[in-house]
Amino acid sequence: MLDFLLRVFGKDASSSKNVAKDRLRLVLVHDRADVSPQLLEDLKEDLIKVITNYMDIDERALEVNFDNSDNTVALVANIPVIKMKRNAKREEKIG
Amino acid sequence: MGEVIVITSGKGGVGKTTTSANIGTGLAAMGYKVVLVDTDIGLRNLDVVLGLENRIVYDIVDVTHGHCRLKQALIKDKRFEGLHLLPAAQTKDKTAVSPDQMRELCTELKKDFDYVIIDCPAGIEQGFKNAIAGADRALVVTTPEVSAVRDADRIIGLLEAAELRSPKLIVNRLRPRMVKSGDMMSIDDIIEILAIDLLGVIPEDEMIVITTNKGEPAVLDNKSRAGQAYRNMARRITGEDVPLMDLYADLGLVNRLKKFIGFK
Repeated sequence: MLDFLLRVFGKDASSSKNVAKDRLRLVLVHDRADVSPQLLEDLKEDLIKVITNYMDIDERALEVNFDNSDNTVALVANIPVIKMKRNAKREEKIG
Repeated sequence: MGEVIVITSGKGGVGKTTTSANIGTGLAAMGYKVVLVDTDIGLRNLDVVLGLENRIVYDIVDVTHGHCRLKQALIKDKRFEGLHLLPAAQTKDKTAVSPDQMRELCTELKKDFDYVIIDCPAGIEQGFKNAIAGADRALVVTTPEVSAVRDADRIIGLLEAAELRSPKLIVNRLRPRMVKSGDMMSIDDIIEILAIDLLGVIPEDEMIVITTNKGEPAVLDNKSRAGQAYRNMARRITGEDVPLMDLYADLGLVNRLKKFIGFK
């Protein structure tokens, strides 16, 4: 009954138009970012370059992806660390 | 010097050709000199929507390849003094014309016509690139559906990348009853998502099917709601300030009763 009333007054968040809007918003974030597989590959390579200054990582197990849930989009990176480099910063300065 | 307006959408079947035919005819009915250019090479349709399919001799490819003079390929509409059609070729494909040739063609047409209306093919490939090459401004047609709005967003991005700034939106086939019950995105919803200015809204109208069957644009039919929407749009294109029509007027119980009894 409440459902029906909410529908009548157009307040129902699950009305199909709201579902359409939410889905569109999400899909457009991706479309507009123009995230090509190549872009993700480039990003991965750059990440590896920077991170290896500080630690050894398992490059093959590295994962970078877009994750969307709850109307937000996040860049999620999973980077397995093998070991930390000692005095990483100093090494680089000398190097 | 006239103006070149390209009518795009990305997704097919949302009403680019119907919109081109009606806006073009509407402008001609107002007394302007108009040429409609069908750039959907291989899938020619603007001719049948306008009812001019039996009069084609030369087409756009003949013109760009120099097989005939531009004037020879233009079909003059008998209903309106100022209305002309440059048909697409049916047996070639989109690569038969280049963006440079289109630019040249548009420059030529602008000299003789107040409005050059270009019907763009669906998609974002060569045909689209050709169609927008010579345009001064762009209109984007969409329907209140997820797929059509998504494609419209993509097209807006591509238009802006091609220096066609601030395209205007046309929302086609809106069903006021479904919008009211929350089962169709409203104009405000679509504008909010696409973030561009609105040129006009066309309500779903069975008259469009009938007028297209006959090859007479709905804009000529005074009883058609869609026709009214197109007439308003044509006036807005010329710079007139015309308010949006009230699409929800028919939905009230009192109004429906009046209509039923025959008051309206």
